[in-house]
Amino acid sequence: MINFDYQRATNVAEAIRLIGGDPKARFIAGGTNLVDLMKSDVEKPSRLIDISRLPLNTIEATAGGGLRIGALVPNSDVAYHPLVAERYPLVASAILAGASAQLRNMASTGGNLLQRTRCPYFYDTATPCNKREPGSGCSALEGLNRGHAILGASTSCIAIHPSDMCVALIALDAKVHVAGPAGDRVIAFADFHRLPGNTPQHETNLAREEIITAIELPERGFARNHSYLKIRDRLSYAFALVSVAAALELEGGTIRQARLALGGVAHKPWRDNTAEASLRGKPADEASFRTAADILLRDAKGYAHNSFKIELARRAIIRTLSQAARGTPQSQSTKKIT
Amino acid sequence: MAETGRTDPTIARPQAVQTTLTVNGVETKLKVAPWTTLLDALREHLDLTGTKKGCDHGQCGACTVLVDGRRVVSCLTLAVMKDGARVTTIEGLGKDGTLDPLQQAFIDHDAFQCGYCTPGQICSATGLIAEGHARTADEIRELMSGNICRCGAYPNIVAAIQQAMGQS
Repeated sequence: MINFDYQRATNVAEAIRLIGGDPKARFIAGGTNLVDLMKSDVEKPSRLIDISRLPLNTIEATAGGGLRIGALVPNSDVAYHPLVAERYPLVASAILAGASAQLRNMASTGGNLLQRTRCPYFYDTATPCNKREPGSGCSALEGLNRGHAILGASTSCIAIHPSDMCVALIALDAKVHVAGPAGDRVIAFADFHRLPGNTPQHETNLAREEIITAIELPERGFARNHSYLKIRDRLSYAFALVSVAAALELEGGTIRQARLALGGVAHKPWRDNTAEASLRGKPADEASFRTAADILLRDAKGYAHNSFKIELARRAIIRTLSQAARGTPQSQSTKKIT
Repeated sequence: MAETGRTDPTIARPQAVQTTLTVNGVETKLKVAPWTTLLDALREHLDLTGTKKGCDHGQCGACTVLVDGRRVVSCLTLAVMKDGARVTTIEGLGKDGTLDPLQQAFIDHDAFQCGYCTPGQICSATGLIAEGHARTADEIRELMSGNICRCGAYPNIVAAIQQAMGQS
């Protein structure tokens, strides 16, 4: 870890002003990803601006029937909050599928969105990586790419976004509230993260001087029919090979509304409106789920070591939609998949 | 922090920051560089070497301590950010020469072999019991998954935690 300066911000305006004064400064909140990356010399900020004490740590019901989660609420507090557990169990389940209890106690809601890929070449400063050093090349394209993207990748980068929580948030149409030098704005969750294209170093549409202030969940939480299924090499405390967030609204056996998002497969949490549309008005059965999976994976592309993820994703989509339809969401403590 | 004539903004001068931590009930003032982790502050500045450095990347849990009652990995925690916080380490769990129930349970169940992960396991289990979300063995296993034991004492660790939970 290189030397750096440290300043503590006491309010959002001060935080924005402080970061504006130093082009190599970074915000720090939970620090679970940034400190790790600094130890590996992947991140080398000149200064850390500590935003962990800003007053963004409450969870409140909104006038519109939704929920506003302050950006600094720790992941564990979101997962166990009574309103989240009751109205947005998909979000709680996804959070509890990720990281460890210690990390969830530390990691902030806003920081979860901004965590960076765990591609081993991104972490290894001895190897080329377009995300870490633009223009140097992608080592994963011809390298060990078992955990890498099957959707939306480019020849510049085939890394994935590692978050579980974000898969649930995109499925539920969350909104990202942001403050910056030019004022406040709201970003739809689907527009927050970017595909790699030729600029994989830009992972989100958040400007460097902007700060996430809150995540807003809309009223519709799909609490009755949902599931988050995470497939990984270990049963716990491992990143997803493939994860699926599924949410349904059923009328009898017919699907009225469907949400389907995947993690571990792309540079951003992956949601496909065409696949969701194919489910509407259809019976909630395996044939409908398979059709949706085929649509979602129509452009999937494997590399030397990760082609297995395409079929894995197909089966995981069908299984997760089946769990959601049955109203028997995947348990994150009992690991049996039914 | 004063900004005086620094020409290379990427390299900060090693300027120590006055930080106050209440460690195991004792208010402690220390001057640490901003990049000092809580783990290094405990071990190198305060000689509290019960907290162990394993991977130093938040993956093994050996460095787990309680900050304001919540279990965290001290290797990814910057000490300056915890100014004013209460920190509890393995040295702070027993009282007046008496073992904490979890410490006794680990002995009763032979819940370790080499012992290197044990301080982190016990601090983590202390947090787990305080959180109150684990009831079954499956839930204990899941919520203790951030603590690796390479000797593989997991079944005995779960049994020890179940014993302590029964007493709390």
